[in-house]
Amino acid sequence: MNKQPSFPVRVLKGFGMFWWDFLVGDTPEIFVAVLVIIGVVALLSESGHFNAAAAIVLPVLGVGTLGASLWRAKRAAGK
Amino acid sequence: MLSVTVSSGVVVLVGAVFLASAVEMIEALTIVFAVGHTRGWRSAFEGTIVALLCLGALVAAFGPALVHVPLDLLRLIVGGVLLIFGLQWLRKAVLRSSGLKAKHDEDEIYRDAVAELSAQPTNAGRDRVSFVMAFKGVFLEGLEVVITVLTLGTSAHRLGLAVIVAAVAIVLVGILGVVVAKQLSSVPENAMKMAVGVLLVSYGTFWTGEGLKVHWPGGDTMLVGLVAIYLAITWLYVAWLRSSAPKQTTEVSV
Repeated sequence: MNKQPSFPVRVLKGFGMFWWDFLVGDTPEIFVAVLVIIGVVALLSESGHFNAAAAIVLPVLGVGTLGASLWRAKRAAGK
Repeated sequence: MLSVTVSSGVVVLVGAVFLASAVEMIEALTIVFAVGHTRGWRSAFEGTIVALLCLGALVAAFGPALVHVPLDLLRLIVGGVLLIFGLQWLRKAVLRSSGLKAKHDEDEIYRDAVAELSAQPTNAGRDRVSFVMAFKGVFLEGLEVVITVLTLGTSAHRLGLAVIVAAVAIVLVGILGVVVAKQLSSVPENAMKMAVGVLLVSYGTFWTGEGLKVHWPGGDTMLVGLVAIYLAITWLYVAWLRSSAPKQTTEVSV
């Protein structure tokens, strides 16, 4: 017999699925890249000398992430 | 004399919240119209109203709670979420503009919803199918509006303004939808999505930097610079991808 999960379990599962779809979905590369960006910029901004560099690196990595994700989509469309 | 100072941050906030809310409202309205025209308006309205009440309760519950999170941490989390969300929107809009992805077709969404609803048996009195479909459409599209309003509004300490701007966008699109009495398919949705993507990524970059104590050259004015940078880059990416042969695919995502 197929036992249906209880209401709280279904709500929790739905909540988790929503955030997974929202943040990862079909573009896991963007999710991973943003985590890497945060890590890199945190390291740069912590060491006072490189704080100015962090202000340049952050948008450059954002632009690079978009480019990499588009390149991936272009490759997938070409297959 | 009353002096009003409007910072660049507020302009970007208003633009992002207004456009994001308008785009999501168009998508929700398409579903509600399909439900109303196919199975009657009563349950469609009821589903819409209940969904709006749930969304309002979410803002009321989480909005004041988020204000108590330490500002740097809040801005870092919000910046990261906006960066992910904005890059996803921008990626989709660039792919659609360059022809690598089919444009979001409201007419097709409408036809599909009508076909799905027509296949279901109708009940006398309250229609559960209509209620659930209208509720789901409005709640899921509205949830993205709520996230945009909460993240942008709380991190900029302008939650009230963000709520008002979202409400104005929703009411305006609602009135427009009723007046033109069609599925708003003629609205340049992709261009709006691209603008929202640029604004969200710019805000995401800015808040991530603020959360990590990056000293932006020019302070808040850098936000306008980021918008300009991302706009220019988006234009370049579209031009680059247009050099590829467009592949038409059929995509209907609600």
